Amino acid sequence: MSSAEAPVLGVAGTPSVPGLAIWLTSTDHRHIGRLTIGVSTLWLAFVAVLGVLVGLERVADSSMLFGNLAAPQMVILARVLGVFGVLIPVLMGVAIATVPGQVGASTIAMPRLASLGMYLWLLGVVTLIVAVFNNGVPGGDAAMLNLHLLALGTIIVGLVAGWLAVFTTVATSRRAGLTLANAPLLSWSGLVGAFAALITLPVLLGTVIYVGVDHRYGQLAFGGSKDVMTWLGWGSTQPQTFIYAIVAFGLLAQLAPSVAQRSQPLRGALLVGIGLIAATAVGTVSQTTHSFVWEGSLTDKVKSFVPYALYNGLPLLGALIILGLSLLALKGCTVKSLVPFVPVLLGAGMVFTGMLGNAVQQIDAAGLAGTSFEEGAGIYMVYGAALCAWGAVAYFGPSWTARTMKSSAILGVSGLGFLGTVLAGLPLYLAGFAGQQVGAVGRFDYSGPKQVFNALSMLGHGAMASAVIVGAAVALKSFSTGSQTGTNPWGVEGQ
Amino acid sequence: MSTVAEHRLPAGPKPAPQHSLTTATAAVAASGTMLVFGMLAMWFRFRDAAPLRDSATRGQIRDWLPAEITIPEVATNTLMITIVGICVMAQWAAYSAKRGQRQHATLALAVTMFLGLAAVNAQIAIYLQLGIGIMDGPYQTMFYAVTATVLAILVSGVVYSLVAMFRATGGRLGDADLFRAHALYWYFIGGVFLALWFVVYVQK
Repeated sequence: MSSAEAPVLGVAGTPSVPGLAIWLTSTDHRHIGRLTIGVSTLWLAFVAVLGVLVGLERVADSSMLFGNLAAPQMVILARVLGVFGVLIPVLMGVAIATVPGQVGASTIAMPRLASLGMYLWLLGVVTLIVAVFNNGVPGGDAAMLNLHLLALGTIIVGLVAGWLAVFTTVATSRRAGLTLANAPLLSWSGLVGAFAALITLPVLLGTVIYVGVDHRYGQLAFGGSKDVMTWLGWGSTQPQTFIYAIVAFGLLAQLAPSVAQRSQPLRGALLVGIGLIAATAVGTVSQTTHSFVWEGSLTDKVKSFVPYALYNGLPLLGALIILGLSLLALKGCTVKSLVPFVPVLLGAGMVFTGMLGNAVQQIDAAGLAGTSFEEGAGIYMVYGAALCAWGAVAYFGPSWTARTMKSSAILGVSGLGFLGTVLAGLPLYLAGFAGQQVGAVGRFDYSGPKQVFNALSMLGHGAMASAVIVGAAVALKSFSTGSQTGTNPWGVEGQ
Repeated sequence: MSTVAEHRLPAGPKPAPQHSLTTATAAVAASGTMLVFGMLAMWFRFRDAAPLRDSATRGQIRDWLPAEITIPEVATNTLMITIVGICVMAQWAAYSAKRGQRQHATLALAVTMFLGLAAVNAQIAIYLQLGIGIMDGPYQTMFYAVTATVLAILVSGVVYSLVAMFRATGGRLGDADLFRAHALYWYFIGGVFLALWFVVYVQK
């Protein structure tokens, strides 16, 4: 056979099919993970644009630029898509693409299942968008709301399939001699995050089934169309979103000692810290809010405080341990210029801000329940996770493509994304203190600089949209035609 | 003269068995358990929120199960017993496969699959005997939602048995992980159905 006829070997050592087909049909975990990250990036840009449009509507206040129907649709879509289209899959994609290599496996366990999961998720998200744009929102068109619920169920099944592959890989496909305690922290967070998702997402699926069946047939048990989010809202808000963001902290914990080029001090505490975040699962599956109410006798206060501290404070403590120990790893060492660490640190900080916001919001005396404070916390979680994923792409990208991105581009996109996250989330925290209702799109009845809050938030979403578009363009160009490098340009052992 | 065999390095230790399928099945079982138990928890929530009514035999009870509905206990108990039988057959398949007894393993898997089909048939018989409509009330809506979910899990078990049976027929008994995972899956189905049976059909 001449050299021209010789099959080109793909990444898994199998003859490659040229073009798009290899990407769409591949069972290589690096392809599946990168596809998931890529599609999540598209949804992230969409969510940020929706944030800009909602911000415009809010700045216009009572003018209702987009009409009575469109604005609430955009608010709901931004929230659901932010969590199920970006937060969960972008970090799951990072885990799928990187974890098998980290634990010494040649491929992810059950790669076809992982691939199927990605396509189910994609199908669900597209269906969800179609349903919402056709007024498939609570209180809207009944048939389209049924489609919305069906799409949500499909998304959950797809995500469970993806997390199942990650869980099984870390649990069973580690190289000989690699114990769980010694596994890379990103892999450990993948295992813990996957397990937490595997036991909480099905509970949400069960509620979706109940609400969907009830909504389709008579609306007798779960109230009418308007009450749908009352039953399902917990799955896309804090503290359940903490579980979805566990991998972000694993990424931070792994990169910090790499930056310092030293072994991680108190590594065991990091394992525990990641586990503590997963403790959220115990509280969220009860589908109730665990607020701290300062009323009644001392016993009443203690009764209220204990579940509040367990389910809101404990995950926060876990995140604090990871942040603190990661920074401790940097102390006293010559910090190597590891550029991808910057977005990961900024992103994990944003996720932590969202977790902190939730802890404050659950204090009854703060009067923040049902305000835009919750929306702000959600933005911190979603955009923070996206920043972490950007750091992961910058860090692991060269090992996938043997090409690297320019440090200035990585830092520039990170800075813009960070600015966007703070601007989009912080004004909504402040507006929450002023009394702006969650999900409201106009006709605000509180005193305060409403237009300033909402204009700043809108600018933040705009900055994030710009960061996503620029980041995606830079990544595509760099990893396809950028300067060639080794697979480990950051000079980190055990990458 | 030394030979190649004399200079050959000793073989390294065998890699630890991975049991990927068993682990994945265990994870699916955990997920499925959370799904069904979450739905049953919601069932409890609605039942406890129902108003009180007088019962001819038990005094005041929660007005959850409508008075005109009678649960067909023969069919429901038969279904429960069938699932216990399926678990025994699935374990027999795993036992036979481990010992390389292909005929026994294939027979056990075939019986498992047909008993699974019988269980599906029994659930459909329960629907027919009950004769209630999904839109008749909140109890009926939730009844169909939770039992149909478990029915779907039951059907997935039948498909799992079919796949395992094809593998056994093809002589792939060395894949002990598959048969162990298959048995584990049926134990999971047995567990969740036991919970459903007790909450929905016995305790009502």
